[in-house]
Amino acid sequence: MSLFLAVIIVLLAGGLFALAAGKLPRIATLLGAGSAVLACGAGLVPVLRVLIRNRPESFRLPWDVPFGSFAIEIDALSAFFLLPILVLSGLAAVHGAEYLLAYRDRKNLGAPWFFYNLLIVSMLLVVVARNAVLFLVAWEVMSLAAFFLLTFEHEKGDVRRAGWTYLVATHMGAAFLLLMFVILGQKAGSFDFDDFGRAAGAISGVASMLFVCAVIGFGTKAGFMPMHVSLLPEAHPAAPSHVSAVMSGAMIKTGIYGLLRVLSFLGAPPAWWGWLLIGIGVFSGVMGILFALAQRDLKRMLAYSSIENVGIITLSLGLGLLGLSHGWPIVAALGLGGGLLHVINHSMFKGLLFLAAGTVQRSSGTLQMDLLGGLLKRIPATGLAFLVAAVAICGLPPLNGFVSEFLVYVGAYKATTTYAAETAVPGLAVIAGLALIGGLAAACFTKAFGTVFLGEPRSEQARLASAPGLAMVLPLVLLMIACLFLGLFGPLMARMVQPVIADITHLPAETVGTNMAVATQGLSSVVIVSLGFLLLVLLLAMARARLLAGRSIGQASTWYCGYAKPTARMQYTGSSFAQPLTHLFGAFLRTRVHLDRPAGLFPKEARLVTETPDVFAENVYRPAFEGTGWVLSKLRWFQHGRVQMYVLYIAATLLVLLVWKLG
Amino acid sequence: MLAPLLLGVINKTKAFFGGRKGQPFLQLYYDLNKLLRKGAVYSHTTSWIFRAGPVVWLAAAAVAMLLVPLGGSAAPMSFAGDLVLLAYLLGLMRFFVVLAAMDTGSALEGMGASREVQFSALAEPALLLALAALARQTGQLSLTDIYGAMSFDVLLKTGPAMILVAGALLIVFLAENARVPVDDPDTHLELTMIHEVLALDTSGPDFAFILYGSALKLWILGALLVGVLLPIRTGWLWADIGISLAGMVLLAVATGVIESTMARLRLLRVPQLLGAASALAILALILVFR
Repeated sequence: MSLFLAVIIVLLAGGLFALAAGKLPRIATLLGAGSAVLACGAGLVPVLRVLIRNRPESFRLPWDVPFGSFAIEIDALSAFFLLPILVLSGLAAVHGAEYLLAYRDRKNLGAPWFFYNLLIVSMLLVVVARNAVLFLVAWEVMSLAAFFLLTFEHEKGDVRRAGWTYLVATHMGAAFLLLMFVILGQKAGSFDFDDFGRAAGAISGVASMLFVCAVIGFGTKAGFMPMHVSLLPEAHPAAPSHVSAVMSGAMIKTGIYGLLRVLSFLGAPPAWWGWLLIGIGVFSGVMGILFALAQRDLKRMLAYSSIENVGIITLSLGLGLLGLSHGWPIVAALGLGGGLLHVINHSMFKGLLFLAAGTVQRSSGTLQMDLLGGLLKRIPATGLAFLVAAVAICGLPPLNGFVSEFLVYVGAYKATTTYAAETAVPGLAVIAGLALIGGLAAACFTKAFGTVFLGEPRSEQARLASAPGLAMVLPLVLLMIACLFLGLFGPLMARMVQPVIADITHLPAETVGTNMAVATQGLSSVVIVSLGFLLLVLLLAMARARLLAGRSIGQASTWYCGYAKPTARMQYTGSSFAQPLTHLFGAFLRTRVHLDRPAGLFPKEARLVTETPDVFAENVYRPAFEGTGWVLSKLRWFQHGRVQMYVLYIAATLLVLLVWKLG
Repeated sequence: MLAPLLLGVINKTKAFFGGRKGQPFLQLYYDLNKLLRKGAVYSHTTSWIFRAGPVVWLAAAAVAMLLVPLGGSAAPMSFAGDLVLLAYLLGLMRFFVVLAAMDTGSALEGMGASREVQFSALAEPALLLALAALARQTGQLSLTDIYGAMSFDVLLKTGPAMILVAGALLIVFLAENARVPVDDPDTHLELTMIHEVLALDTSGPDFAFILYGSALKLWILGALLVGVLLPIRTGWLWADIGISLAGMVLLAVATGVIESTMARLRLLRVPQLLGAASALAILALILVFR
């Protein structure tokens, strides 16, 4: 535990020193990124120790805050969420060092490193906090640090707007959390998580209300649709790419963590909690990937795809809750297990994709997919890493995405095949939802990889793209290896997750293990098939090389029905690629089309612009925000900057309080 | 090994309907043999993805074959949830061949790729739901067990449900293998092709890989369909396998008949057809749930 505290101190000290050295960009970067890498590496030691030994470690310090105590503990659930936070934050810091140095002439680099380290510290504290006050303070620091990071380029208007949207939305979520913890604290008589756990009897009466508060409050951070405005459509793409990677890969997972932690206090769940989460999950997943498909900006696309993946996690957890409430241990173990594994898997490939997007932006200067093309030849390592992550995020074997989705599928098939019809319907929703999401994700990521990395460059910027430095590529390669490794060691991962499920469900770990056995045996066979597949690819590639050796290999231009001079502008663009699907689901997406038709016998100019703004942001949140703003503007006479009047307000308030107290 | 023969049967049937003599049954074997002995031509635009596409396509198809049972005999690999792996291996094949097509930078291949991902995104739920209906009926979670538990009695008892499942699987079979009414394998206009256009720039051994992989895919999805419609169990392994093989030939003839007597659907209508496949699968599930 002392090592973990040292990690926090190193991070804070590194951040502060970087802030002080802000005028010297290289030193600030070295201090900030160096301390982050060092601390994240060291932090893995206690985390792995807890995961392997399965014995919680805790630390307690009295704290002078009402109801507060500095109580922290790493149990299996905490350790499981610490793992992706530490790995991703450390690797993203390496990437960010090179990314941020490009701004050294224009910006003070001390502040972004200070807030980056603060963000890591607050995420760590959120996950280990065992006191509601400490949790909420860490939660708030995390939100604020993220706000300052994503407004790094605050001179741009849309970045500022994104920052404000994020700040408002994230606090709406925090309000629900405050409410939830106040109720919990009142029922349990204390704000320590241990007491929440013991007060199950007192809590059970209001459990459903607490659950709804948790879903709204944590869902805002995790990005459940339609509470996703804090993430999207603006916030994550606006940040520097290493920060987007940490926010999308690690920070939104604290929302999932919070939900699971609270569930562990609430006792046995009724079935409708499972239904609710499955509903939210399928809705977020399908809508998220549809919006991702319609985007033209690479990072916006990735941010929407995060909503899709959170949807997959949520529907898995919903399946698990359903299993718990109906007493189907196998379904419960597989649903929760699949959801938890997807948390780690998603941090790996989504972190990789955001970092790769940063590399693309650095080397070509744009993120508009329809301006890019042919980058695989210019930045080959980044392209390979992006490809691996794209295959993984579509849940295709032999990579890690398949492992988690496999567990959920088996759980859902188990639910559908074994139990009574009424209760099996959610299982079907899970199967159909996952299958549709999988197919659409394949469309989305073939579009992204195909338009950005394949074919001919579509603009001068893409043609002149330059290779990035080692610091930007190395984290990508490491994360790529992690994706492959986690895929091939799926059964091991499934075993690692068992104590975590035991923590949430209060079942013994062995019971969970026996219930998961049906899928872990399947996973071992999947590994054999995967290895066979990789071997066969190798053999076929060798056979092909052998067949072609010594034969004539021609080079020609691409076949265009005999037309010999194709140009890059004749290529299919990403938007055209996605058009059939976005058209098919047009009723949900409400894409706006601005079309200037070609006219006359010799048409000269024609133009087609499509954009897909966020339906919820446009139709629900903006009117709501504007309405609130209008109502509040009526109160403006109340506050006009005259100090005398403010003194009068204070005096009046004191008088009222005095009268109330006396009377 | 026998998979390319199915295409021979389909083409022979179509030739019969067209009043022609038609190509020999073994034509695809001759084609493969010829292609494997040829050199190759690559576009300047392409990268290593274009060369990797056919390899992954064939490797994934071959591995997927390991999971498919035939005629009540066990597949070489069988475990709970292998049906998911099968569906996702087909997804992996598609992913790489679509990327290889986009690698050429051609608008024609981009168009084909775009249609391919659209139709397969809709076919995937239909396939997995149809298999869920079978899994529910037999109470099993692996393909070998599901198809092993199928029998003529089951078919008689749950006739309507199984016919609906077969309908859904037939649509998926036709769509995924690029047959009429979704796609026309005989077309000679690049703009109207879906599957063929993806391999427009592929040549030599690469094209042989693509052709053989396609034949395997036809076999895989065909075997899933025949297993539902012809669950005749005589007790002798070889007889069962023989019946299933005969079923595969019958399916190939039926495909030829469908292709000869139907026109291709308009592209905008295809999603409705695939939606209908999912609807059939869900109806079957409702029947099975009773």
